[in-house]
Amino acid sequence: MKHYKDKWQKKLIKIGSFFVALMLGYAIVPAKAMHIMEGFLPPLWSLFWFVIAIPFWIIGIIRIKRIVIEKPEIKPLLALGGAFTFVLSALKLPSVTGSCSHPTGTGLGAILFGPFIMSVLGTIVLIFQALLLAHGGLTTLGANSFSMAIVGPFVAFFIWKGLRGKLSDKIVVFLAAAFADLLTYVTTSIQLALAFPDPIGGFTASFLKFGTIFAITQVPLAISEGILTVLVYQALQSNAEEELTALGLKGA
Amino acid sequence: MRIKGLFSTIVLILVVIVLILLPFYIAPHNADFGGADGKAEEAITEINPNYQPWFSPLMEPPSGEIESLLFSLQAAIGSGIIFYYLGYKRGKKVTSSSI
Repeated sequence: MKHYKDKWQKKLIKIGSFFVALMLGYAIVPAKAMHIMEGFLPPLWSLFWFVIAIPFWIIGIIRIKRIVIEKPEIKPLLALGGAFTFVLSALKLPSVTGSCSHPTGTGLGAILFGPFIMSVLGTIVLIFQALLLAHGGLTTLGANSFSMAIVGPFVAFFIWKGLRGKLSDKIVVFLAAAFADLLTYVTTSIQLALAFPDPIGGFTASFLKFGTIFAITQVPLAISEGILTVLVYQALQSNAEEELTALGLKGA
Repeated sequence: MRIKGLFSTIVLILVVIVLILLPFYIAPHNADFGGADGKAEEAITEINPNYQPWFSPLMEPPSGEIESLLFSLQAAIGSGIIFYYLGYKRGKKVTSSSI
């Protein structure tokens, strides 16, 4: 069991470091926006992001199956992780830029279950919104899932793993959730800039443009999300000890 | 100890409320509080005026009211699950500690 976990951690670190490198390469400027609208990515880019997202979904589904068999007691907690994303995605909040966006809620689940499981739960929320609310889209599902359900959870997971024990748990949870939220939208800006490079300034000019729309808008929302995640995490700490112990999250 | 926990919870909730209200006072005067995705749509049209979305949503909420209904349903279901779980766990804990 232990060694099995180590193996996946190694794998995860490999994949994770690739994305961290990718993000450091592009995204120092914080950017923020909502999901990419239906039909607003050219077909090839739609396909590209699906191809990237699919392996995460597969690993995520395998891990959900495994965790449900090995630790059936945390099944309801899985529902809570998904539900948290569900709620936060529904809350379109005003921001200082004078436009609205919504938080993502993926940080909590990533801390509890790891990023792969969250990639599945986040995608389910995206499908719901794409099908019923015309928010996001099916053709852009791969791209939106990559930003919200993959990059966000991985950011949260690495912050959590990297800082836990060095700072108080509350602060680490806050940082993990807030940066997962922010970097989701940085990723959205990158995706849009890749698909729509500016005719004169190219990728960079486009990225700055989308980044401004999404980044500044998202900053206050990311802070709110961080705080809300801390509140739920604390409530779990005081009421769901066995489950958190089963997930190795109790104490500190 | 419990009082202290309650106090910090209330303070944190107040901070979130302030963060949500603040934009109405410090946002630019022409702010319409529209969606950031709509702004991105404009930006795309600016960069590439010829771009045509090649796929439309299968189902669009017939009106703003229906859309807000669906969004509130989403939030309600989600928080229902969260607080059901927390209440269940808390009740269980209280019961087992009183025995």
